[in-house]
Amino acid sequence: MNSGDGYQLPLRLAALGFLTVVVQIAAVSQVTVFGVSADLSPLVVASVGLLAGSLPGAIFGFAVGMFVDVALVQTLGVTSLLFIAIGYGAGRLRELRDPAHGLTPLAVGAAATAFATVGVALMQFMLGVRAPVSWLLLRQVVVTILLGSLLALPVYALVRRIVRGSLPQDPRRRRRRAYTTGGLSPLQRPSAGR
Amino acid sequence: MYDKQVRRRRAVLALLVVVSLILLTAYFGESAGSPLHSVQRGVVAVLSPVQDGASRALKPVRDLFGWFGDTARAKTERDQLRKQRDQLLQQVVRDKVAVQEYNQLRGILNVDDNSGLQGYQQHTARVIGRSLDNLVSDRLQLDAGSGDGVRVGDAVIGSGSGDGSGGLVGHVSFVGADFSFVTLITDPSSAVSVRVLNAAGDFGLMKPSVGNPLDLLVQLLPRGAHIQQQDIVVTAGSRSSSLESLYPPNIPVGRVIKADPEELDTDQQVHVSPIADLRHLDFAQILIAANGSGQQRAQVGAAGGP
Repeated sequence: MNSGDGYQLPLRLAALGFLTVVVQIAAVSQVTVFGVSADLSPLVVASVGLLAGSLPGAIFGFAVGMFVDVALVQTLGVTSLLFIAIGYGAGRLRELRDPAHGLTPLAVGAAATAFATVGVALMQFMLGVRAPVSWLLLRQVVVTILLGSLLALPVYALVRRIVRGSLPQDPRRRRRRAYTTGGLSPLQRPSAGR
Repeated sequence: MYDKQVRRRRAVLALLVVVSLILLTAYFGESAGSPLHSVQRGVVAVLSPVQDGASRALKPVRDLFGWFGDTARAKTERDQLRKQRDQLLQQVVRDKVAVQEYNQLRGILNVDDNSGLQGYQQHTARVIGRSLDNLVSDRLQLDAGSGDGVRVGDAVIGSGSGDGSGGLVGHVSFVGADFSFVTLITDPSSAVSVRVLNAAGDFGLMKPSVGNPLDLLVQLLPRGAHIQQQDIVVTAGSRSSSLESLYPPNIPVGRVIKADPEELDTDQQVHVSPIADLRHLDFAQILIAANGSGQQRAQVGAAGGP
C-alpha cells in the first residue's frame, strides 16, 4: 500500500456520495413508478456499510444525509441521523455476521429503504409536519420498499465496482482465502513434506 | 488494539449522532434568516447549476424510464378509453335508433294531420319481419293483429326517409291474433288508384315496375296530361260505391320522378318514387276502418293474402 492508498476510499466515497445525491435529485426522483419514485441514497449508504464497515458506513451516511438535507432544503440532521443508523447497521452486519449469501444486499437494501421511508415520515410527524395517515400513504411506503428491494442488487454491484480496490479487506477475497487455505495464510500453511 | 478500535468507532458514532441532533435542534428552532438557513441557501445556490446540468444531461435517462411508466399508464388509459368508447358507441346507437323512431313516428303523425284521417282508428305497430325476396313478394310483418282490431284490407302508412314526411305503405293482407302481414305498394300484386296533384288532378292506377319494385308506374292516365317531375301522387280513395278502394283518399303515395310526354302519349304512364321509406321502416301505422266496410275489404284482402 503506497501513501496515496489511504485517501483512495474517502475520495471515492465522497465522489460516490456527491454523484448519488445529484443523480437522485436530478433524475431518479423525477421518475415515478406506480406513483412513487425510487430513493437510491439509503441503498448506496447501506451498500457502503456492507462493503466498507460500520465506521465508514456511518460517516458516509452522515455526509450523504447532510447533503440530501442541504440540497433539498430540509431540516438539517433528519436524514443524516437516519443514514448514520443505516450505514452503521449495515457495516455491523458485515463485521459481525459476514454474510456470504448473494441476496444479502437485497435484504439489507429493503431494510434500509423501509427504515429510511418510515423513519423520515416519523421524524416529520415528530417535528410537527401534518400529513394524513391513510392507506394511500401505507401503499406508497410498501411500493417504495419494493422498489428499493428491486434496485438493491444493481446498486450494490455498482457501489462495489466503484469502491473495489480501495477497500482494506474485501470480504469475498477473505472468504476465498479461508476456503482455499483452511483459514490460514499461505505463509502459515504446513508443507506436505513435514 | 481491538478495544481501541471499538472505542474509536463508538466515539465517532456518538459524535455523528450528537452533531446530527444539534443540527436538527438548531435548525428547527431557527428563523428563516438564521446562519444555518443562510448556509443551506448558499450551498443550494452553488449546487443549483450542477443540478441543472445534471438534470439536462440525465434527461434522456429520465425519458427512457419515463417511457416505461408512460407506456404502462398509456395502456391503462387505452383500456379505460376503449371501455368508454364502447359505452359511448352503445349510447350513440341507442340515440340514433331513438331519433330514427322519432322521425318515423313524426312522419306518420304528419300523414295523419295532413290527410284527414281522423275518421280512422290509428294503431302504430312495430315492424317485426320482412319478406326475403321483394321481386316476387314484398310484405312486412307487424306486431299488431286482430286482437288490436286490425282487419284485412286496412291501409298502412309509414314515415319517409327522415324528412318528417310520410306516405302510403300498403294494406293489411293477412291477420293473426297478434300479428299481421302488410302487402306493400311495391308488391307485384299491388294496385292503387291514385290521383296526381297537378292542375287537372288526373287519376290513374299505380303498379310497381317489373324487376324494379321501387319504380312505381302510374298508368291509365289521360293522353296529353300535364304532369311534371316532383308532382305529388296521392290515393284517390273511393270512386265507386260498388267497389270501394282499400285506401282512404289523399294519402301521399309518391313523387313523380319521370314524366316523359312521349311515354304519356303512348303508354299513358309516369314513373313515381314512393314517399314512404319502404326499405327502412321500423314502425307503421294501421288505419283501422269503420265497421261498415269491413266485410267487403276482408274478402278483397283474402284474395291477395299469403
